Amino acid sequence: MQSSFSLSLSSASPITGRSDGGATSTASDLFFSTTTAPSQLRFCGLRREAFSGCKSSNNALLLKQLRPSNKISASLSGNGTPSKGFDYDLVIIGAGVGGHGAALHAVEKGLKTAIIEGDVVGGTCVNRGCVPSKALLAVSGRMRELQNEHHMKSFGLQVAAAGYDRQGVADHAQNLATKIRNNLTNSMKSLGVDILTGVGTVVGPQKVKYGKVGGSETLITAKDIIIATGSVPFVPKGVEVDGKTVITSDHALKLETVPEWIVIVGSGYIGLEFSDVYTALGSEVTFVEALDQLMPGFDPEIGKLAQRVLINPRKIDYHTGVFATKITPARDGKPVTIELIDAKTKEPKDTLEVDAALIATGRAPFTQGLGLENVNVETQRGFIPVDERMRVIDSKGKLVPHLYCIGDANGKMMLAHAASAQGISVVEQVSGKDHVLNHLSIPAACFTHPEISMVGLTEPQAREKAEKEGFEISIAKTSFKANTKALAENEGEGIAKMIYRPDNGEILGVHIFGMHAADLIHEASNAIALGTRIQDIKYAVHAHPTLSEVIDELFKSAKVKSDVPSAVAEPVAV
Amino acid sequence: MSSSLLQSRVPPTLSFSSSIAGTKPQWRFTFSPAVTFTRRTKNSTIHAKIREIFMPALSSTMTEGKIVSWIKSEGDVLSKGESVVVVESDKADMDVETFYDGILAAIVVAEGESAPVGAPIGLLAETEAEIEEAKAKAAGAGSAPSTPAASAPPSPPPPAAAPVAAAPTPVATPVAADGSRKIVSTPYAKKLAKQHKVDISKLVGSGPFGRITPADVEAAAGITPAKSSAAPVMAAASAPVAAAAAPAKSAPTFAEIPGATIVPFTTMQAAVSKNMIESLSVPTFRVGYPIITDALDALYEKVKPKGVTMTALLAKAAAMALVQHPVVNASCKDGKSFTYNNSINIAVAVAINGGLITPVLQDADKLDLYLLSQKWKELVEKARSKQLQPHEYNSGTFTLSNLGMFGVDRFDAILPPGQGAIMAVGASKPTAVADKDGYFSVRSQMLVNVTADHRIVYGADLAAFLKTFAKIVQDPDSLTM
Repeated sequence: MQSSFSLSLSSASPITGRSDGGATSTASDLFFSTTTAPSQLRFCGLRREAFSGCKSSNNALLLKQLRPSNKISASLSGNGTPSKGFDYDLVIIGAGVGGHGAALHAVEKGLKTAIIEGDVVGGTCVNRGCVPSKALLAVSGRMRELQNEHHMKSFGLQVAAAGYDRQGVADHAQNLATKIRNNLTNSMKSLGVDILTGVGTVVGPQKVKYGKVGGSETLITAKDIIIATGSVPFVPKGVEVDGKTVITSDHALKLETVPEWIVIVGSGYIGLEFSDVYTALGSEVTFVEALDQLMPGFDPEIGKLAQRVLINPRKIDYHTGVFATKITPARDGKPVTIELIDAKTKEPKDTLEVDAALIATGRAPFTQGLGLENVNVETQRGFIPVDERMRVIDSKGKLVPHLYCIGDANGKMMLAHAASAQGISVVEQVSGKDHVLNHLSIPAACFTHPEISMVGLTEPQAREKAEKEGFEISIAKTSFKANTKALAENEGEGIAKMIYRPDNGEILGVHIFGMHAADLIHEASNAIALGTRIQDIKYAVHAHPTLSEVIDELFKSAKVKSDVPSAVAEPVAV
Repeated sequence: MSSSLLQSRVPPTLSFSSSIAGTKPQWRFTFSPAVTFTRRTKNSTIHAKIREIFMPALSSTMTEGKIVSWIKSEGDVLSKGESVVVVESDKADMDVETFYDGILAAIVVAEGESAPVGAPIGLLAETEAEIEEAKAKAAGAGSAPSTPAASAPPSPPPPAAAPVAAAPTPVATPVAADGSRKIVSTPYAKKLAKQHKVDISKLVGSGPFGRITPADVEAAAGITPAKSSAAPVMAAASAPVAAAAAPAKSAPTFAEIPGATIVPFTTMQAAVSKNMIESLSVPTFRVGYPIITDALDALYEKVKPKGVTMTALLAKAAAMALVQHPVVNASCKDGKSFTYNNSINIAVAVAINGGLITPVLQDADKLDLYLLSQKWKELVEKARSKQLQPHEYNSGTFTLSNLGMFGVDRFDAILPPGQGAIMAVGASKPTAVADKDGYFSVRSQMLVNVTADHRIVYGADLAAFLKTFAKIVQDPDSLTM
């Protein structure tokens, strides 16, 4: 407790100071202990988790985890020595971004660490997800700009017709993945993390075996085990994936073809990003969304604006409120057919005939073959149940000692950086410090052009919470249109929106749609993580002219009732 | 909501309503001599009782709007300033108010449906007696050429059997109810079809598996795929035009000449036509005046490098002359009084892609030449990109039309309804001029010809104004001050 007080004081704004540091922290605990989990958090499998757990020690630990992870090792020349009686202090199954983050932090903490990888280091994010998709999106962003004659003209630039070489684009994505994978591998090797190749299986408490399928297996013991096996694209039943005309994101990222007309099933951020890529490369896109609205996970206002910019003017149409019950790949001279039924009445609605279909209906946890039955753990829809400290819960609702699960496999928040943060949180715990991650401070981004980013609650979620807990909320909004840098770039389209409590200046959520939104969100997510209040952060200075002034304006436009002293001093976990 | 209007307001604004039989009070200008304007009041309307409520332009980039909800329902009595309907534009949702009292007689565009800017979305009746009539109109709206976006790409043909109504949500499932023939069209093809009012069900697809491609729609709409804004010539056979029943009008029938191509008016052209007819109700007369322009030409050469255009020079000169002759800047709105305008707003006719528009240089007397030139440049650019705001094209108090650059030496202009006078400027040409002592010299001379409303501007007024104008032009140093 004590350490957190000093930290929160030191994080206070130098201009205003903070008089509410320690005195009220107990109040905050009281306050939050009465909270109930409001509404849904999009990325949260177990929603309640994100709203509970307001230990003030969070602050201290969160500060640590914000440190750039690849610098950690300077003081530690190698992997630690294991505790008595164990081969390793920590064994991580799965070397994706989550496992990697955990491994690096474990070494820093002096734990002897091994990581088991059955496929390639880097996992989904690096090999089949965020990383290669960013390469494709970088291409699509440039294509969009070059194709937009009006935009170029307004700069006074003349550009001949833009074209692209599909293989070149695909190679860029592949090369990027390879490079990042090597970086990851090297960073672990240089720290002395043992990279064990093969499929890892939990055989009992603190025991893991690994080995090539069908080959010899090795049994190792570890004081603690982290499962970080991630996820695979979710393919609904009735959908026949052939990898050529009916594909998942795994195939799409290889960009083997650019179909003239592609249906994207699912309009979440995976679908949106691919629509951005495909339309920039000349495809026409049809969205199939089961819910009544496109972009269901986003703040409604942001979603509406995003639809106006990202969908309506582009060569995209959509069917909402429908399920794709049967998708048949193109064969025998016939196109890809997609049978749609009404999501509510279940009546057949339409059949689409297109060139290709991309299944972007989300991701399913990859938890098979982990030997969970050996420790009496039952998955829920494939996800491994965990508590707010990522400790695995068995079928009787009891914690399995020394077994943790992070990342997509637990389904709390299926984002690479969330997995990594969870991994660091677990390492903190096993090395003796309690730690609970505040998922509401974890930002998310969709890398369309322009980008969408968010942290914390959406407006409806905040309203629900406010109503339940009896406080007021206010909304502040600023536009990119007023921002010098955005206008210089001819990218005035966009807004930033903040949901906050006018009574104490607590930031509940921030949503940004506009140029470089993904980079801009961190000021807000850090403020939420550190519990910085609007009345303090609004005095922070932003360089002029930069896009960050959009956020500056946002903080400054918020109206916090100054006469009400902050009742809750430690706002971290909401 | 200040930016949303339903009805033609008296001050310069985009107007969204007018009587059906009367004019469409949006920006309507003909090419060439005639320049027509928004009718500001309903006084001259013949049947002023039923007004159309138009889809307003809520932003400069809005080309179509979606009705989020009707706040009022059919039969509701509306009073001026009340919100009637919520419209979703490309930017935001806005409440739209009525600027007239009346009864919401009929809703033409239902909730959830979209309509281009300027298209009628509802009908407003003045009395209960007219509700039925309005309803009949609404029912017949299918054949009445609902006005597509003024700022939309040129020339959507009059919709056949109300394509909007026929396919309310082309995005969704054009096929659902159609068991006989499955029409497959790509997303962009659907968008284009909607934009150009092409009935997609009548097209034959040339794409893979017989699907309708964007190129098919473009071909049917008669536009070249290069996005050129060439006037879309509708081939009578392939386009819905053929089916479009001409609005029931007792127009004289003319002999048909075989092989002729029928190109329907664009919104702008249709409005020009109506306004031209309307202008016939104003008694006008014309006064011409020769003006020596050597000094003006010399000044022009001097200030040209600074971005000053001849248009700005003439507008400035006219504005300065109008200051001294306010009656020429006045207008007659009701046939009973003078309306003296506070500002001198010079509208300048600009030919634009098959239509005509008159961007307005507001307060032309107060701005200096350079500001005026700069302003003019902006206006022209906006006109080109169809982003003129209503007040930027319908707030003129005096109009200038210049065909001099084509070598025209004189012409006369039709007075736009709502203004007192319009000046037609011919080319400046070397002319043998005899001075008062009888000496001949060759000087540059141009002929200007002003058309004015004789109800308020009399011959002597115009003559005096022209004399002042000529003096300013012949001794133009004051223009630069």
